[in-house]
Amino acid sequence: MSDPILATRNLKKSFGALIATDDVSIDLKAGEIHAIIGPNGAGKSTLINQICGGLRPDSGSVALLGCDISDYSTGARARAGLGRTFQISELAMEDSVLENAVLGAIGAGAGPWKFWKSALKTQGLTDRAEAALARVGLSDQRDMKVANLSHGQRRQLEVAVSLTLSPKAFIMDEPMAGLGAEGSKTMTGFLDGLRSEAPILLVEHDMDAVFALADRISVLVYGKIIATGRADEIRASKVVREAYLGDAA
Amino acid sequence: MRVKEKHVNALVIIGLIALPLFALISDEPFTITLATRAVILALAAVGLNIILGMGGLVSFGHALFFGIGGYTMGILAYHAQTYTTLDLGLFATGGTEFMPVIWVVAMVVSAVLAYLIGLLVLRTSGVYFIMITLAFAQMFYYFAISWAQYGGEDGLSIYVRNDFPGLNTLVPIQFFCICFVILCLVLFLKARLQNSPFGLALNAMRQTATRVETVGLNPMKLKLLAFVISGAITGLAGALFADLNRFVSPTMFSWQLSGELIVLIIIGGVGRLMGPVIGACIFVALEHFLSGLTEFWHIYLGLILLGIVLFARGGVIGLLTGKEGAHV
Repeated sequence: MSDPILATRNLKKSFGALIATDDVSIDLKAGEIHAIIGPNGAGKSTLINQICGGLRPDSGSVALLGCDISDYSTGARARAGLGRTFQISELAMEDSVLENAVLGAIGAGAGPWKFWKSALKTQGLTDRAEAALARVGLSDQRDMKVANLSHGQRRQLEVAVSLTLSPKAFIMDEPMAGLGAEGSKTMTGFLDGLRSEAPILLVEHDMDAVFALADRISVLVYGKIIATGRADEIRASKVVREAYLGDAA
Repeated sequence: MRVKEKHVNALVIIGLIALPLFALISDEPFTITLATRAVILALAAVGLNIILGMGGLVSFGHALFFGIGGYTMGILAYHAQTYTTLDLGLFATGGTEFMPVIWVVAMVVSAVLAYLIGLLVLRTSGVYFIMITLAFAQMFYYFAISWAQYGGEDGLSIYVRNDFPGLNTLVPIQFFCICFVILCLVLFLKARLQNSPFGLALNAMRQTATRVETVGLNPMKLKLLAFVISGAITGLAGALFADLNRFVSPTMFSWQLSGELIVLIIIGGVGRLMGPVIGACIFVALEHFLSGLTEFWHIYLGLILLGIVLFARGGVIGLLTGKEGAHV
């Protein structure tokens, strides 16, 4: 297979005596969904934050398309092609659905240094935003305030905003969190199709979704990757069963 | 009854121009001066409202820019009127009494200062931001008091209002018109700014800086530019205010003035285009009528403010239109 789209090399991060990320090297190849699973407190969020720029690792590096982005700010990583969604929706609650998507289009396009023309009347921005909304099925809610959306719709919008960026790689932190069975199914179907566009690094607790979607799974326990492999390998792995999956698998 | 915000806005503008015209006909020049005062305070608060309403950062030191604008006007006019040179190290100038030049200089000086101060203060937020902006304004306040060359504590009188081509600026209604046109122009630009990509990003930044970062934008740069624009507008208002009174003093830097500007915005409606304008009109009217009744008129102003904060979070505009304002 070709070079990975996204790769971390020997990431280490400790908070005092606690080692939150212990020598983590994972990669994300074109066209795949790579899921990271692990019990609560395993360091999944810490890992994601180091990949996306919110946290600096103590050592190790992150590379996107072969380019070392370890010294990039969060914004620069987004511009380089990381599209992130959050576990708890990070959206402008007072703004409309369309405005939130247009914000993404502004980031993806010419940037915020335009002061004259109305953003919602700039076709380049709205086209991009509406295309993303249409894909997640939020076209009808475009003028609604985000504060009035249901939880599930906010999750969809969260994904739509990252779509406007046309990222090289998606980093998704529990996109199914709080979705009902039906919502999870829809989201699973959507992410399934998305992988051909850009690979997805998926952190998820919903094991049904993980086993349905993931091409590869890495298991993170106490900051360490204890196993990486195809879904069936992980399911069969004794180490993983003992450490995490228990009866669920 | 609920009314549309644009109707309220139109009504305010019409009222603001009708009052001085009425005063002109009935020969009450003092009313025109009051209206001019309201227009200038409104302009200063429109400036503050960019960083406070859109950016969500409560600057408690915007008197700094107001004072800078005032002193820029004072110093330039003082040298022009006394035929002395103003030596700025790199070059010397004889000052100027030409309003447009004064405005541009006031805005540029305020903007540069806002940029430098912004680099420091915008690293903080919340109470720390309030305190550090206050501290900067107080620094300038005490500096102005000790600046003997330009009047120190007593301030600096400018005997004649500065010039504007084709107008006699000492005629109240003519000076009012200058200020009113500037206010309308700035409001128009603010309206464009609010809806522009920059405005949308700034607005989102107030609500979630994390989101703004993850779409590849830099919150610090957004805040910094907002602070610079905000400071420049308030600086321009300061220059006009000094021209209105033909007097500059350290009180233009005072924290009371910073507080008043915030009060104006809260009365009118935080983050609303016309919020500061309505706020300034109400404030100046109260100041005039209540202070005629009692020396302790601030008590009543306080009560009104309390009522608005408790029962009408969107300010007067929110009350009329039934919509809440931006959450800061």
